[in-house]
This record gives sequence, structure tokens and C-alpha cells, in this order.
Amino acid sequence: MAALVIEAAGPGVTIQDGGRHGFLRYGITAAGPMDPLMHATANRAAGGALDATAVEISTGGLAVTADGDAVAVALVAPGFRVALDGSALPGSVALTLEPGQTLAVRAGDTGSWGYLAVSGRLDVAPVLGSTATHTRSALGGLDGRGLAAGDRLPVTGAAASAAAPERLVVPWLDRDPAAIRVVLGPQDDYFAADQVAAFLAGPWTVSPRGDRMACFLDGTALRHAKGHDIVSDGVAMGAIQVPGNGLPIVLMADRQSTGGYPKIANVIGPDLGRLAQVRGGAQVTFRQVSIAEAVTARRAERDDLREAPAREPVVRVDFASDFLLGLNLVGGVTDGRG
Amino acid sequence: MSGRSGDPRLLDAGEAALVVEFGTTVDPAVSDRVLALDDALGADPPEGLRERVPTYRSLMLHYDPLVLDRATLAARVLSLAGGATGRTAARSRWILPCCYEARHGEDVAEVAERAGLSPDAVVTMHAAATYRVYMYGFAPGFAYLGGLPGALAVPRRASPRPPHPANAIMIGGGLAAVATVPMPTGWYVIGATPARLYAPERDPSFFVGAGDSIRFDQIDAATFAALAQRASSGEPVARREDEC
Repeated sequence: MAALVIEAAGPGVTIQDGGRHGFLRYGITAAGPMDPLMHATANRAAGGALDATAVEISTGGLAVTADGDAVAVALVAPGFRVALDGSALPGSVALTLEPGQTLAVRAGDTGSWGYLAVSGRLDVAPVLGSTATHTRSALGGLDGRGLAAGDRLPVTGAAASAAAPERLVVPWLDRDPAAIRVVLGPQDDYFAADQVAAFLAGPWTVSPRGDRMACFLDGTALRHAKGHDIVSDGVAMGAIQVPGNGLPIVLMADRQSTGGYPKIANVIGPDLGRLAQVRGGAQVTFRQVSIAEAVTARRAERDDLREAPAREPVVRVDFASDFLLGLNLVGGVTDGRG
Repeated sequence: MSGRSGDPRLLDAGEAALVVEFGTTVDPAVSDRVLALDDALGADPPEGLRERVPTYRSLMLHYDPLVLDRATLAARVLSLAGGATGRTAARSRWILPCCYEARHGEDVAEVAERAGLSPDAVVTMHAAATYRVYMYGFAPGFAYLGGLPGALAVPRRASPRPPHPANAIMIGGGLAAVATVPMPTGWYVIGATPARLYAPERDPSFFVGAGDSIRFDQIDAATFAALAQRASSGEPVARREDEC
């Protein structure tokens, strides 16, 4: 039977489907992809359901080898450095991994998250209806943890193609990282008008200490008008809470279901991935939009994913020598193959 | 703002979640309205409503705005909230076995000192009360309970204590809690229940809902061990009283 064998995985590489929905009322975090649009794009390119199980790749990087049978995959990881048995490929690419071939994905100059989807199905047992990994509560994925060297992911119904690797054409992932659209509320009335304006003016620097739970922002602290404690209420992905120190925290995929700080605004669904992809140290600003504008953006996103992404021949990709040296280190794990 | 007094506030949390806020405090009457709306929407959910998350004072509705538009959802909510002022669904009343002995009730002595009570009085008062499950949050199967006797309302710790064991019974800040997953906590651990409110491999994974009530039945450590053994194989060890 076909399988993907993990040769190397950095911290934060996890199995994610569309998320564990229906249990927020019991305190169960939804988890799911940090960049929902990119995850769905990878699945669409691989021919699966948009919320199918895929591997979320962090800047820690990933190397996988096909075992048993060939496995057709779609990798969507713009900005990452990708190689098939040492030959450079674009960040967004469809290819068939022959048994023994190794696909290596390493952080590049931009991008925080990428997704590897398979044609067929990654055979991971669902927990509470989902394969999404939430490491803090040890739920989903493989034993609720991140992937590690030696893990084996069986692929049911693996497809293969004799075609050479092809670049995936995904223009909707060319997103401006700086301007993140938000809807104000639900507790924007905990801030005076000048503080809401200061929040929107920014700029905010994304702290490197973020993870799948939260994106921390540094900048000029905001002042609360009515204190910084509220009686807990629900938290949506993208909620921007402002704790006592006045520095906003954007709650992401692994957030808790409820929280007790005022939330000045919420990142709109289509821009969650745009924010998630921003690296620590980079700046962002927020732009207020209406609910109607947010829904229009959502509809456009849905329309982008109606058809599988176009493919085009791969042109030569050049890498810096330090990257090739790094690949050799990863290759060492695979017994010098390639 | 709506014209009718008593209407909830509708607050947006992005374009895919609506917060229906009935109040800003912990109050059983507010909780009743939250749970009544939760029941009414659960009985006849509009297409596109994805999740309902009741909290002390509000109901968060996660929805797909490409299926259910905000205006339709808002109108439905206001119409239901106008009619539903009391709780409509039957609530379950649960009795959870609880061992307060020192190996499980690690912080009973500390609570007693802070509350100016004897350790036995702390246990007796906690076991005599009936609690309401206001909501889950914070962690999987972490249930916030109202109904703690006022004499046990010690503030939470200034800094967290080391992780509590699984299925801890805790108090702090005037509330009680059942905490299924070990975590560092600012609450005081005064006992443990062998009943697992949350067991992902069990069907159902959860059996106590928001709005249910809970009483604690004091057991000794030997009984705890025997019941925990049975619970680990998925057997229910919580008892259910008649529905009210």
C-alpha cells in the first residue's frame, strides 16, 4: 500500500483537515489550517475535498518519501524552497512521487505555512469527526502531536501520473501581506474612538513568538476605556483581543473557544491566511471593512476554488548554494538517496 | 440599538460569527435567556448555522455567511429571543462522585485557611450545594459551574499552581469547575471525580451539557479507585436524577 514516510519534520508540522467543528460548546478547539485558503487550494489541486486531510508545513520544513506505490501530490508552499531528490522545483507544484523519491520543503525568504495534499486520501483516524491536530490538547493527527521522522502516513486510493512536475498557477495566493481587513467588534466599545483609530493606523510588528494559537503584535499600546476584563464570551478565529498591556493578540486556529479580554476587531475569514503567513518581525496594518465587503471577499475566494488550479511546465528554478548544502543534510536522513 | 427593552445586543465577531449578548455579568437569569435561545435554535437550526457556543451571558453563533446572511440570522434571533424568556428544554441533573481526600483534594487545606473554615467544613459545604453548568471553555471539557456557597468564594491565585490531575474539581473566584485535562491553574483543587466529563474515544464524548445541574457525592479514595477503573473502560459512573 502506498504511504508517505516522514524523513524529517521540523517543529510545528502537523496533520490538518478543515477543522474539528461542532464541539466548541464543549471547549474543544477547532484547530484546522492556519491558512485556510492555501490548504483548500492544495486539496483542490490534488483533486480532494477542500477540507480534506493534508500536511501543514511550518518553517521547520519537511522531507517525505513515497513508499510502496507512487503517490501524486500537490504542494502549495509559496516562498518555500522545494526539491525533488535534490532538483529544485517551484513552491507550488503538482508531481508524482515515485517510491523512494524524496520531496524536501524548506523555509525560504517569505511564507510561514505550506500544505502538502495527496491524490487519494491520507488515511488518518478522525477524532471527534476530524483529523485536525491540536497539540495542546493532544487531539487528532498522529497521537495529537506534530509529525516526526519515521512517521508513516498511509495513502488510500493513491493516484499516480507519468507527467513531469508542473507548476500550479494560483494567483489568488499573491496576497498583500501588509493590509489585513477587519470587522470592528464585538467589544470595540471598550475603546475610545481615538484608540480604535490608533489600532487601525498601526503599524503593528508581528512578534516572532507567535504560534498556531496566537499572533502577538508589538506597537504603541492601546488604552482601554472600560477596563480589560470582561466576563468570558465566545472567540472566533481572527479575534483581536487586547489584554491589560494594550498590545493586541490575534487568536488563530488553535485558540481557546472562549476568552475574557475585550476584542476590538476580528480579521475577516479571507484574510486569516494572509496574516498567518506574515513572518515575525514584519509589519502589518489593519483596514476596517463592512460585513458586506467581507462576505463579497469570501464569495470571490469560493469562486477561485471552483476549478482545479491551472498547471504549466516547470521552468528552471535556481537555488543558493547554502540551500543545496542544507538539502544534503536532509538527504543524509534518507540514507543518501538521490 | 433595538427599540424593545430586553432585546439582546447583536455584536459581530467578523463576518461568520454573531454574538448575542444578554448581559455583561455572571447571573443565572441572564444564563437562562442564553440557554433558552440556544435550545430554540438547536431545535430548529437555520441552514448555514454551524455552531452555537453558550457562555455565561451570551450565545456565539458561528455561521456560513454564503449560506445564511446576517440579516436573516439576526431577525431569527430577535424573534426567538423575544419569545423565549425562560428555559424551555429539559435539563439533566447529574450526581458526580467526588473524592475530597488529600491525595485528590490537594488544596483543601489552603482553601480552608483562606476562607477561615475547617477543611471538613469546606468539603461539607461544597458537597451540599447544587451547581449549574454555565458553560464550557478554556480547555476540552472544562465546565464552569455556578452555585458555589458564598463562604467558599476565595479569589483565584495570583499565579498558577502546577498542573492539576485529570478530572479535578476546583473552586476559585466565586465559581466552581470540573477540569478534565491537566493544566496549570489559578484555581484551587479540592477534589477529583472518577466520572470523565470528556472522553474523546467514548460515545458520547460528552454527557453533561450547559444548563444541566450537578451535585457531588462524597466518596473515599478506595471507592474513587474502583470507579476510576470502571470509567476508564467507558462505563458511566455519574448518576442521573430525574429530569426537571
